[in-house]
Amino acid sequence: MTRGRAVLAVRVAVLAGCVLLLEILCRIGVINPLTVIPPSDMVASMIEHVGSGDLDDNMIQTFSTIATAFVLAVALGTASGALLHRSSRLRDVVDPLLASYYSVPTFIFYPLLVALFALGKTPLVVLGVLSATPAVMMSTLAGLDGVPRVLLKLARAQRLGPGRTFCWIVLPAALPRLFTGFKLALSYALIGVIAGEFLLSATGLGYAISFAYQSFDNRAMYGLMLFVLLVAVVANGCLYSWEGRLARRRAGR
Amino acid sequence: MSDMALESPPPQRARRGTKALDSLILLLLMLGLWQAVGSWTQGVAVSPPLQTFLYLADLMTQSGFWGHVAATMAAFLMAFAISAVLGLGLGLVFGLRRFAGDVAEPVLAGFYTIPKVTLYPVVLLIFGLGTSAKVAFGVMHGLVPITLLTLGAVRNLPATLLRTARVLRLPPGKTMAWILVPACLPDIISGLRLSFSLSLLGVLIGEMFSSQRGLGFLLVSGMAQHNIPLSTAVVLLIVIIAIGANMAMLRLSRRFTHRKA
Repeated sequence: MTRGRAVLAVRVAVLAGCVLLLEILCRIGVINPLTVIPPSDMVASMIEHVGSGDLDDNMIQTFSTIATAFVLAVALGTASGALLHRSSRLRDVVDPLLASYYSVPTFIFYPLLVALFALGKTPLVVLGVLSATPAVMMSTLAGLDGVPRVLLKLARAQRLGPGRTFCWIVLPAALPRLFTGFKLALSYALIGVIAGEFLLSATGLGYAISFAYQSFDNRAMYGLMLFVLLVAVVANGCLYSWEGRLARRRAGR
Repeated sequence: MSDMALESPPPQRARRGTKALDSLILLLLMLGLWQAVGSWTQGVAVSPPLQTFLYLADLMTQSGFWGHVAATMAAFLMAFAISAVLGLGLGLVFGLRRFAGDVAEPVLAGFYTIPKVTLYPVVLLIFGLGTSAKVAFGVMHGLVPITLLTLGAVRNLPATLLRTARVLRLPPGKTMAWILVPACLPDIISGLRLSFSLSLLGVLIGEMFSSQRGLGFLLVSGMAQHNIPLSTAVVLLIVIIAIGANMAMLRLSRRFTHRKA
């Protein structure tokens, strides 16, 4: 435990040192303020912009799009993963497709999606779903594959119906892997939606950043960037620690 | 052997036969879906398969097109090379120095999950418009996976191997060439495979956002000029390149894994 604390302390110190160094270099003029603004200004700008309420519409837009994409990806991914698990013939065909899926940069479909569904929320949701669903599918497959055969035999010996087998045996055994898939799905949906907004959109946080860049408003750009990155880090961090707790609880049993 | 095969075909071969058939059906289904979307939207969003393939073949005879391909490939290869070399080095150092590795790993993993697209303006401000910004962005995407996988591989190396190297008094160079690299090769190859895809992604996003050259630029400009066959053909080309490279590297890594076992 003490070693863990030492690691954490060094990590925090290194990160803080980097921020401090950036601050000093910006303040004494080694780094041009037209390139990077001091971190303290970034924080000030973030508080200003987020607090002013101008961004509320963009935030609602972005977060609701991410949430929609995430929910759809989880539903679609779990359902199709379960389907694939049942049919080994289907799976033989789809497996290589899944293995290659993430080598294709999903964003290249975004212009086509915009042309297909018109600019707005729909192409962003579709982009998010496209980038997040396969991760859920893969982890559903891994989770279902990982259910110990003994437990399934036990269910049969106890004459559990399919519903109860699922609720009492399959789901608890597969849950940790499923959760990993959900965690990945959230970060993929977040990346997909914000990248889509950034490349081509008329609303949303990603659009606000690219708009600030194009109008040479560095202060606003850095503030917004910091906000988006903080949201992403906090969301991922929460899921990460929740996952750790789940794993520990299982190990403890 | 052939007589036996005639009497009762081994189940494995029969299974491979159905698999090939199923793959063919899947391919036809996907082409059918593509055709359906193309004709349903009447070519406003996606051009149908046959037209796209013809357009792509036509594009390949034009010299201007190869300029764009070369621009993307140059930026991508540079980004991939930098990610690979830097990532292997960092992974090795962090894997051998356990404390440094523990400090760095969550930071790297965190960086991997944030939407890096939002950082592209900063890259542009630092490197200016041009190839170097694309390369830097490609490295930002490609560096982390290879570093993390190398780190994991080196850290989980059986301690006996390193002890053997010490007992045999191998110099560091030989330890590396004879022990470390062969033992970590499967993980290193999967890391390279991930880095390959992600550097390509980084370079393409860079080109899509602001660039005057390259496939990403061609894709966005095709959209802006309502030249649907052009953008569909570029998407098709990128998909073919990405899947082809990925499959080749998957095969390579499978071979090395078998050799190890």
